[in-house]
Amino acid sequence: MALLVVSGLAALLTGRAARICTLLGAGGAVAGCALALFPAVKGLFGAAVAVRYPWALPGGSFSAEIDPLSAFFLIPILGLSLVSAVYGGKYMLSYSEKKSLGGSWLFYNLLVAGMALVVVARNAVLFLVAWEVMALASFFLVTFENEKPEAREAGWIYLVATHIGTAFLLVFFLILGRGSLDFDQFNAGMNSGALFLLAVVGFGTKAGFMPFHVWLPEAHPAAPSHVSAVMSGVMIKTGIYGLLRALTFLGPPPAWWGWVLVVIGLSSGVLGVLFALAQHDLKRLLAYHSVENIGIIALGLGAGLLGISYHSPVLAILGFGGGLLHVVNHALFKGLLFLGAGAVAQATHTREIDRLGGLLKRMPWTGVTFLAGAAAISGLPPFNGFISEFLIYLGAFGAIQGRPAESILGITLIGGLALIGGLAAACFTKAFGVVFLGEPRTPEASKAQEASWWMILPMVILAAACLGIGLLGGVVLSVLSPVISQVSGIPAAVTAGHLASTSVVLQLAAGGAGCLIVLILALAWMRKALLRGRETGSAVTWDCGYVKPSVTMQYTASSFAQPLIRLFGFFLRMKKRAAIPTGIFPPKTSFETHTDDPARQEMYRPLFLWVDRAANRLKVIQHGRLNLYLLNVVLTLIALLLWEFLWAS
Amino acid sequence: MGLLIALTAAPFLLGVINRTKAVFAGRKGRPLLQAYYDIAKLLRKGAVYSRSTTWVFRSGPIVGLAAVLAAFFLVPFGGTSALLAFPADLVLFAYLLGLARFFTVLAALDTASSFEGMGASREVTFSALAEPALLLALAVVARETGEISLSGMFGGLSFASWGAAPAPLTLACAAIFVVLLAENARIPVDDPETHLELTMVHEVMVLDHSGPDLAYIQYGAALKFWVLGSLLVGILLPIHAVNPWAGLAVSLAGLAALALAVGIVESFMARLRLLVVPRLLLGAAACSLVALLLAVWS
Repeated sequence: MALLVVSGLAALLTGRAARICTLLGAGGAVAGCALALFPAVKGLFGAAVAVRYPWALPGGSFSAEIDPLSAFFLIPILGLSLVSAVYGGKYMLSYSEKKSLGGSWLFYNLLVAGMALVVVARNAVLFLVAWEVMALASFFLVTFENEKPEAREAGWIYLVATHIGTAFLLVFFLILGRGSLDFDQFNAGMNSGALFLLAVVGFGTKAGFMPFHVWLPEAHPAAPSHVSAVMSGVMIKTGIYGLLRALTFLGPPPAWWGWVLVVIGLSSGVLGVLFALAQHDLKRLLAYHSVENIGIIALGLGAGLLGISYHSPVLAILGFGGGLLHVVNHALFKGLLFLGAGAVAQATHTREIDRLGGLLKRMPWTGVTFLAGAAAISGLPPFNGFISEFLIYLGAFGAIQGRPAESILGITLIGGLALIGGLAAACFTKAFGVVFLGEPRTPEASKAQEASWWMILPMVILAAACLGIGLLGGVVLSVLSPVISQVSGIPAAVTAGHLASTSVVLQLAAGGAGCLIVLILALAWMRKALLRGRETGSAVTWDCGYVKPSVTMQYTASSFAQPLIRLFGFFLRMKKRAAIPTGIFPPKTSFETHTDDPARQEMYRPLFLWVDRAANRLKVIQHGRLNLYLLNVVLTLIALLLWEFLWAS
Repeated sequence: MGLLIALTAAPFLLGVINRTKAVFAGRKGRPLLQAYYDIAKLLRKGAVYSRSTTWVFRSGPIVGLAAVLAAFFLVPFGGTSALLAFPADLVLFAYLLGLARFFTVLAALDTASSFEGMGASREVTFSALAEPALLLALAVVARETGEISLSGMFGGLSFASWGAAPAPLTLACAAIFVVLLAENARIPVDDPETHLELTMVHEVMVLDHSGPDLAYIQYGAALKFWVLGSLLVGILLPIHAVNPWAGLAVSLAGLAALALAVGIVESFMARLRLLVVPRLLLGAAACSLVALLLAVWS
């Protein structure tokens, strides 16, 4: 961790010399992450590492520990930060002529250090300091391209949203830590319901629960792509970590907590993917998919909580297991997709989906890894997204056999996940199909070139990890046992027993996926054998005899998504602006669509307008006359003295 | 053995549908084995590929057929267990069909043709609605039998279950029937006869495939009808014969009757307007949902 900070500072100092700075910054990040992975892996297998130093701040000591829950979040954080740093080293060099890279590496390394400290901190002050380091470092990364007005605006929205979340967390920790601010001396007492809601809003803002997600689709596209990958892949997961850690303080959950999470999960999942469908910007689309996947995670965790309240250990284990595994899976495929989107943006200088096309021929490696990520995020076998969704489905199909309340939960989960899965597949056929397939729609897209090997290698590693977890889900599952028992309070022996039988199921499912791969190879071989020696021609795409097809006649992403957007128009309220062709020789026509975020337009905007007006009223006392300020001070002093006097008597 | 019969008999069902339609229209109709002739002919031909396309276009038919084949191994047929059975295997079943669709849609987009893009767009719209309907309908059977693998569910179903819960099972069957029509591109959702009109959904997506690729696609389509049909027949005719051959015969007869029913539906109905199709599928999902709620509260 210290290595991360030191190398970040060193990078700042050498910021003028782009190459040295990248070497120091990215190299420090890689070395720091690799070193920190050792205690993290040890922590996951039960060997807890704990440090505790007295410090001068009030409320406990500087206390940090790696237990299974911390380790489970620490490993993806370090792993994804490591590969993203390798990618970023090359990616950022393209900016080196315009600006100094030192600052960006300082904040990248601080961001990684902050995230790592958040998940190991065992004291509320330390936790909040790390939380702020993480938030501020990522704010400076989001505004890296600060010459662009949209990057500055995104940065402000992010800064405000994240601090509203932090405000809820401050209240949360103050109520919880009346005696000491060390985690191990927390005592929820009677307020656990209110504390749970505070934690949901506070941590949910970071995680991107609908409707607290407003900053996500602004901040993620604005940041450099390797930072988007880290922010979307792992930084928002610190919100999930915080929620889980909070649950361990709050005692046995009543059923409504679980239902709150299920409802949040369902709305984030379905609305997240619907808004993603309506986007035209590739990185914005991916950002809305983070909201969707956080929704799937919340569905799993909600099912887990309800499993505890309904005394159904199987449901609890499968719910938490699916939710937690999805945390890792989402880190892998979302990191991969953001890195791919960054490679595309760098090669073509645009993120507009409808201005791309045909990139698979020009960028084969980026294309094939993006395809793996797209299949994984749509939950398709044989990739990892399928495994975590399958676990939640398994819990849900078990739940529908139970009492009515459990059955309703099962129905909600099955219907919700099936709808989310179908819509995600629609969205990613659009994203991959329009960006990488067909013919290039603009000259920039036709001149695109494959990214450098330093950028391809991280994507290949992440894609291989997606496939690996998809085929070896049963093995990965056994690692989850201590984490689940820590979160759910179910004894480790019980979780291990249930997980062992679930692993067998997953191995059978993986057998089905393996069978699929064998069939694919067999059929491909058969076609090759059949076509050997025969004539295979190549021609233009069948165009019904039309003489002069042009690339602009291809189906666009907007048209592709239109039927679904129309169907769910109630939620999306897409705005259209069109200049309809008129006359025999129509003048220039145009058509554009835009989808606003209702949470931002209808919840946050009125709220801030109200705050603004309230703040304006306060101007009455900010008039700039010194004598009146002094009067205020004296009046306050007298009031305090009176209060103290009356209180004492 | 049953598997081999199933694999060879699948294209025959398409012949039954077409013959039924011909009889209702007063025509003589194609031979019952026409689908076999078509596949055999296509397998003997070369192939033409568009210059716009990449390996994704070529992998579409392969992944599509492989996924449907893998799904086929999960479906019990003729009163016996499936080759591969485990809890919640119906999720893998639904997602394998999803994988097949994913690659078919990508192959269509790879041709850079606006017709195929249009078909692809409609396909993903309809399937996003059909998937919840199918999974919820199967959840009804899971609730009624207390089993969560396809083989266990169909093994646990009997005529007594129909007596105990007639309404939920009927609604679930109705929902699966609608999904079967939609997923197999039949009237009233799609018209398999129209290749080049703007009404098309599924057929237009495979417009550019030729030779062995098209043979894979046609066989895959027949097999998809077979697996979804087997689910429906398995619920409607829950027979556990002592003799496996008798079970096989009953299931085959059931599937032929189902093909006949689809043919009759196609003869008596027109294709729905595209904007109305989502309502039909939402109706199917609502059917499944009501069925599940009935099953829970009975």
